[in-house]
Amino acid sequence: MKRIFLLLSLVLGLWAGSAGAALDPAILKGLASDDFDAKQAAVAGLAAAGDDADAQRLLKALSDDAVAVAGERVVIVAGDQVLDAASGAAIKPAPANSESISLNNSLRQQVDGALAALRLFSTDTAERLAAARLLLADMGDGAVLLPLLDKALAHEQDPVIKDILVRLHAQASLGSPDAAVRLKAVQELGESASPAVKALLLGLLDKQGDDFAEPDEKVRLAAQTAIKAIDGRLAWSDTAGQIFTGISLGSILLLAALGLAITYGVMGVINMAHGELLMVGAYSAYAMQALFRARFPEFVDYYLLAAVPVAFFVAAAVGMAMERTVIRHLYGRPLETLLATWGLSLVLIQAARLLFGAQNVEVANPAWMSGGVQLADNLSLPWNRLVIVAFSGFVLLVVWLMMNKTRLGMFVRAVTQNRPMAGCVGVPTARIDTLAFGIGSGIAGLGGVALSQIANVGPDMGQGYIVDSFMVVVLGGVGQLAGAVWAALGLGIVTKFLEGWAGAVIAKILVLVFIIIFIQKRPQGLFALKGRFVD
Amino acid sequence: MQNRRSFIKAAVLSASIAAIGGLPAGAYAADTIKVGILHSLSGTMAISETALKETALMTIEEINAKGGVLGKKLEPVVVDPASDWPKFAEKARQLLSQDKVAVTFGCWTSVSRKSVLPVYKELNGLLFYPVQYEGEELEKNVFYTGAAPNQQAIPAVEYLMSKEGGSAKRFVLLGTDYVYPRTTNKILRAFLHSKGVADADIMEEYTPFGHSDYQTIIAKIKKFAGEGKKTAVISTINGDSNVPFYKELGNAGLKAKDVPVVAFSVGEEELRGVDAKPLVGHLAAWNYFMSVKNPENDKFIKMYRDWAKKAKLPKAESVVTNDPMEATYVGIHMWAQAVEKAKSTDTDKVIAAMAGQSFKAPSGFTLKMDETNHHLHKPVFIGEIKADGQFNTVWKTKGPIRAQPWSPFIPGNEGKQKL
Repeated sequence: MKRIFLLLSLVLGLWAGSAGAALDPAILKGLASDDFDAKQAAVAGLAAAGDDADAQRLLKALSDDAVAVAGERVVIVAGDQVLDAASGAAIKPAPANSESISLNNSLRQQVDGALAALRLFSTDTAERLAAARLLLADMGDGAVLLPLLDKALAHEQDPVIKDILVRLHAQASLGSPDAAVRLKAVQELGESASPAVKALLLGLLDKQGDDFAEPDEKVRLAAQTAIKAIDGRLAWSDTAGQIFTGISLGSILLLAALGLAITYGVMGVINMAHGELLMVGAYSAYAMQALFRARFPEFVDYYLLAAVPVAFFVAAAVGMAMERTVIRHLYGRPLETLLATWGLSLVLIQAARLLFGAQNVEVANPAWMSGGVQLADNLSLPWNRLVIVAFSGFVLLVVWLMMNKTRLGMFVRAVTQNRPMAGCVGVPTARIDTLAFGIGSGIAGLGGVALSQIANVGPDMGQGYIVDSFMVVVLGGVGQLAGAVWAALGLGIVTKFLEGWAGAVIAKILVLVFIIIFIQKRPQGLFALKGRFVD
Repeated sequence: MQNRRSFIKAAVLSASIAAIGGLPAGAYAADTIKVGILHSLSGTMAISETALKETALMTIEEINAKGGVLGKKLEPVVVDPASDWPKFAEKARQLLSQDKVAVTFGCWTSVSRKSVLPVYKELNGLLFYPVQYEGEELEKNVFYTGAAPNQQAIPAVEYLMSKEGGSAKRFVLLGTDYVYPRTTNKILRAFLHSKGVADADIMEEYTPFGHSDYQTIIAKIKKFAGEGKKTAVISTINGDSNVPFYKELGNAGLKAKDVPVVAFSVGEEELRGVDAKPLVGHLAAWNYFMSVKNPENDKFIKMYRDWAKKAKLPKAESVVTNDPMEATYVGIHMWAQAVEKAKSTDTDKVIAAMAGQSFKAPSGFTLKMDETNHHLHKPVFIGEIKADGQFNTVWKTKGPIRAQPWSPFIPGNEGKQKL
């Protein structure tokens, strides 16, 4: 009883204190409360009083996390200024202590939905369209918004927005008590291709005990037809999505393996330190990011463009140093090469640990690589994956041009096919070996830059890719670039389909089993070419 | 006076003995108490475990600054098992039989704990394990300062099912493929059954350690969520796989409003490695958040910040504290209290003295070590990720709750709650 009096006097006090305040003080009281139900009621109250400028300002502030409680007073924090939530007047002096009011997911959804619904009445067409789209993606509790939608639909002139509003209206009126209205809504919704709508319709078919959530049989039948229609539309984008993830994984495998296709495939060096060359490339990207952040903060979004050549040359330099000092002396002795390069890989991992620390480092996606393009309601392609697919195509093109259109490429092919004869006609075979190894390593460095955008960058990141890289090269056929391309894409798509069907762990096992069987049946891989290691 | 003189005498004597005999470094142990720190400083778990090593070193220094334990200084012995589970056992054996440590603070993953258990049992060592885990275990030689399932996983799922948490009806149980996620998900499945959730509404998925391609799984979650009813994801993904998982989640546009993800192994430290803006609203359940406001926590955070600067940790200006760090901090202090009480570092005497120890923790509650089950009584917080990588507490228990290491949701566990 005492509390009610207190509340009442407080309310009256607020009323008197802020002359002209239009907001119901009970709403503010609810917002400041710790009780979830009270907060929810308060937000619903704000949404209902939506036409009011004060309510809109408060909703906006809530969505920006700018509302706080100072003592008993609800305030909006706007930069240095503190405004009274009810009247919007600046409070001077600003209260010293304020605790911000935080919303949880369901309240935030309610606030954002109410804001979007209010924006449907904006005079700006673009803003109305944006608001309608936002609601389409995420409406929350439709019944609350139904009166607003009715009003908006009556006003709306623009045909595109009107279309969306009709659908929103249909979604919101699924809860209508009139079966005819519901039937019409369900039929309209059957036109969509959105998983959210499908979920709504499935909800109608839910059984609670012996009763369906939707009492009318006709509506249920219509819902079933609508779901089937939506399923048909969703199926193709599902498959398209799966193929894209396969291509994306394939492009990463390709980037990881392309360097190896040159050093192992063409030159015949079993380079166990290949994964570490990827790591060198990834750390180059990290170093460029740090450099750009420190020196050219305004161009930080473009550090990746600078990282591409840097990674190539750093990894190539490391590769050439490896070739000159160790591998050169071991040509023709595969077992020793394997052990020596494995040792080199440990040296490189430890070197990275000493230079950059044992922990993973953070390499951020530039802003232009974050987010994705929405192709369909259930199909969005992330930018970082798209860029990597394009990048791997670019690297492949460069490698192909270099191997087939340049003098260096011709020399490499000549040395591979017949070393003594190439030497006889004046090709400096030892130098060509070094250069070819350097190019292979440089391409691994490029792969590392791509990996830095999607995976963790740490000293032992390369270990995870060495097996995959060898898998691609061996499956594709040693000595063939085209083989590596087909093998990478094939493995990517097969892995992704298996993952979708059996889970990541089983998929990994199945792929390895498949490769073992394949190599037994066809040891030369998909494509075979004669090289000096063959004869 | 007498005392000081005899002390000087003893010191001179031992110094001269050491000088003459050239005693091995082990003899030095007489003046210090050795404390083992067994955390991965490299490999997939380094993202989480390195901070625990730093916390342990900081706490040991704090205790030493106040005069140590039983008048002796603590001497940390740090080893790096490198996220390699068999190596944990190897390093644990080294700590116990070679370095003769009085106690070990260490391990993060359950697989590493399971790996060292036989060593601690055989050599009667003492291990403090600071991370939330799956339960189904109670060892005399181990004190568990992290949460048991009923102190983290179960309350989190209850929250998701409540009106406040969005009334989730369908659940994706997503984890790394090893003992902690598998057991936790077994318990959660049994719990969900008891709440009337059918098997058709539960999807279980596992990925290998260090997995970095979450495209398929996110697509699957989207599809599963599109089949009607509110869906929530319960993630027990561990280690650095969390970074690509959350990146993919952000890029795929799966918002917390539609499909909330609640994680049991993601805290402030793991979020430092990602851009948290797309993750706003996703949840985590812990027994401590850095954002909890109380004097103990302010002190703890300040102490760790100062330590980071002093130890020249990378990005020392932005270090954060998290739940397992708090559990490490509490564990070391409780052990020190128990040693003072037992007046000995003998394993059995310390175990006896641990029962009922209490400590005012940074979580704002006074935590008590249970008399019988080697677990702490802990409060539970559920928080939503904010754009700055901190958590906004949206739900918490009234006070600390007692651990049930043997989950009542698994048949056959009745009557196993005591050691």
